[in-house]
Amino acid sequence: MLEGLTPTSILLDEKELSLAKNTLATNQLPTTRMEAWKYTRVAKLGKTNYRSSEETIESLDAYRIAADATTFVFVNGHFSEELSSDEMPEGVSISPLSSCMEGEINSSNLVLEDEIFTALNTAFLTDGVLIDIEAKAIIEKPIQIIHLLKGEAALSNFKTIINAGDFSKAGIIQGFFAEDANKAFANVTSEISVGKNAFLTIDKIQYEAENTSHISTEQVSQEKDSTFTINTITLNGGLVRNNLNIEVIGENCETNLNGTYLLKGKQHVDNHTVVDHTVPNCNSNELYKGVIDDQATAVFNGKVFVRRDAQKINAFQSNGNVLMSDNATVNSKPELEIYADDVKCSHGSTTGQLDEEAVFYLRARGLSEKSARKLMVSAFIGGALDKIENKDVLKYTYKLLKERFAWDFESDFNS
Amino acid sequence: MSSYTENELAKDLENQEYKFGFTTDIGSDTIPKGLNEDVIRLISSKKEEPQWMLDYRLTAYRAWLTMTEPEWAHVHYTKPNFQEMAYYSAPNQTKKYESWDDVDPEMKETMAKLGISLEEQKHLTGVAVDFVMDSVSVATSFKSKLAELGIIFCSFSEAVQDHPELVRANMGTVVPHTDNFYAALNSAVFTDGSFCYIPKGVRCPMELSTYFRINQAETGQFERTLVIADEGSYVSYLEGCTAPQRDENQLHAAVVELIAKDNSEIKYSTVQNWYPGDKNGKGGIFNFVTKRGICDTNAKISWTQVETGSAVTWKYPSCILKGDNSIGEFYSVAVTNNYQQADTGTKMIHLGKGTKSTIISKGISAGKSQNSYRGLVQIHKNAHNARNFSQCDSLLMTDECGAHTFPYIECKNSSAKIEHEATTSKIGEDQIFYCLQRGISEEKAISLIVNGYCKEVLNQLPMEFAVEAQKLLTISLEGSVG
Repeated sequence: MLEGLTPTSILLDEKELSLAKNTLATNQLPTTRMEAWKYTRVAKLGKTNYRSSEETIESLDAYRIAADATTFVFVNGHFSEELSSDEMPEGVSISPLSSCMEGEINSSNLVLEDEIFTALNTAFLTDGVLIDIEAKAIIEKPIQIIHLLKGEAALSNFKTIINAGDFSKAGIIQGFFAEDANKAFANVTSEISVGKNAFLTIDKIQYEAENTSHISTEQVSQEKDSTFTINTITLNGGLVRNNLNIEVIGENCETNLNGTYLLKGKQHVDNHTVVDHTVPNCNSNELYKGVIDDQATAVFNGKVFVRRDAQKINAFQSNGNVLMSDNATVNSKPELEIYADDVKCSHGSTTGQLDEEAVFYLRARGLSEKSARKLMVSAFIGGALDKIENKDVLKYTYKLLKERFAWDFESDFNS
Repeated sequence: MSSYTENELAKDLENQEYKFGFTTDIGSDTIPKGLNEDVIRLISSKKEEPQWMLDYRLTAYRAWLTMTEPEWAHVHYTKPNFQEMAYYSAPNQTKKYESWDDVDPEMKETMAKLGISLEEQKHLTGVAVDFVMDSVSVATSFKSKLAELGIIFCSFSEAVQDHPELVRANMGTVVPHTDNFYAALNSAVFTDGSFCYIPKGVRCPMELSTYFRINQAETGQFERTLVIADEGSYVSYLEGCTAPQRDENQLHAAVVELIAKDNSEIKYSTVQNWYPGDKNGKGGIFNFVTKRGICDTNAKISWTQVETGSAVTWKYPSCILKGDNSIGEFYSVAVTNNYQQADTGTKMIHLGKGTKSTIISKGISAGKSQNSYRGLVQIHKNAHNARNFSQCDSLLMTDECGAHTFPYIECKNSSAKIEHEATTSKIGEDQIFYCLQRGISEEKAISLIVNGYCKEVLNQLPMEFAVEAQKLLTISLEGSVG
């Protein structure tokens, strides 16, 4: 899969680069015999000859999630200057990694040891974006990063680095789309550090194509008194794997992880989350809800660590799944690993189908079967979608739901 | 008002020593340490086994050689050296006792310490006991009474001699010799165990009970249990374990197979109190057990376990719900203290239509112990209207222990309903305050809360066993129970 790829020209840290090359040379693609990849097969990625290709798109209109936002656009990982905003809001600097000087890319907290996808991302990094939010900056306008896949077997190794300064507040929208893409692969990493007392919200919409692959790894670290929220909305994509690792290193933090996934066809979506509580007095809330139709497969693996002496932790984790077809599959693995005693931790996982009695109740009141089911699905995923505060993101999600599932939820939510 | 605080409770738990730590001094017939094909041939010939049994052992041994010891469990221990163990140990009296009076008085005393005086039980409780002192069954009571109903309840080696057709047809059908590392080892070197067959339509009138003890130093004990409930029958089977105090880790790798034919029901209860090691984590038993049952149409298998012992416990009593409308249940209380480690749970494999399973797991961790629940609920494609409910709660008693939950939920059928919930917490200060406020001392309050916490599981135990279970809970968590 590596032939025809050119090593990265981004000025990354030398040590990190050599570690990545080493990992690539010594590791194979993960197999289902590995615990972390038990439910997700990635062998087909190894059989495709990917290439890095520069493409352009005509118009951004269809992919603009928020109309009033600072927008940066990347096609197959390459920065598209003409489609991106030229004006930069105050208090934040956003720049493509390709324009960064040596030493400016000041990160890496990604674990590379046996993670072949992060190593691949580093060694062949196409481009990325560096977002530095100044201390005490309140960024009113959302920052929008739009990433598109285009063309045959295109591979994009893309990296987002977000440094949210102390006492800052910002909202970042990430959109992943595909246009005329075939067997394309987005391999994305994000390194996010949330400073003291900072508020950072990320809304991530994944809407690629039925034969594209998407593997993303987010490494988040939270300092004291900070609040971090991420909403992951997965509506299209052949193979999607989200690794979300959150390390809470400061006290009094709040962490919110919400996910919504609606799958059909032969989609495979795998959400792997880790919340690692290393210090006391923190809260984390996790809510993932999914609807799975046709032959699609959903995987949820949530893990909460409470380390020794990390007392007074409240950690809640919940995963709900509705199966709409007999060929659909759900694999759910909500895990808790707790080494402190004064904690309140719980997790729950449910898998089922729409309650026929409730459907009957609605039909008895004059709703068609279709709209009764639609109403119930919308009520079910509403629990997770309600957590999204950005109205533009919500509105865009409804638009995508209508486009892909012909379900008009917007009226339900607004009425 | 009592000044008993949680810290004191924690201290009490730590100092709680193993009460059944004694060794019975009986001359034993032990073969040299080590494991190879000759040892297996020797075990087989000592037990006068037929050729097919020896072949089975050898096949298992060859399969075992190709396997590696699994490492995925959330436990840490020094791997046993399989060449440093003796694989056969039998009390050296070979003749069977004519009457109960002939039994070695020392052995009787052992049983008395265990609280299972056979005479008493014979007359008062109606429990038939197949008592296993190390590997050879020395006394079996109530056999004649059971025989009238056509029930076979005997040691495994007797079954191999007397009912070879039943053993041969069923052994290894639920846990094949290639199942896992320890099951393969057991299949190769098992010395004895229990065998039970309930004929069609018979309801076993009494609880069948086996007491196990590991008695010989440095002897791994490899028990094998096979329970077959024929169509429409019912049996309640009790298994209880206590072991003498030992400094060196001993391995206990048992295999239990349950076969529940159409409309039958098997209730399998375990109280496990192997030696857990001292309070510094030295010694203790490694308990690596494969327990599995298979249910035909409308059959039901119910596992109930109270786990208080062993340095390392690694077991997952499972149900394969093959037949339509079959039911699997798992009720467990696992208590770990000091440096004990437990990785236990269940697997519910739903294959048939309308299959139901219930999992109630209660973990209590104290001292510096690690207690994990690991479970699998698997709904296969044709398991229409399958239903599962799982609840796994953990109670943490000190700030140095750990409680972990690793549930695996795999669903391939849209008509299935699966619920899983788990909570982890310590005893709430508000709960204790509430009790104190009503004039209940702190010690009583803790006892009340722990008792209430485990009640759902303890209620599932048969009467005779509930007493034993409560005794063990008291020993493991004295000061907090009763």
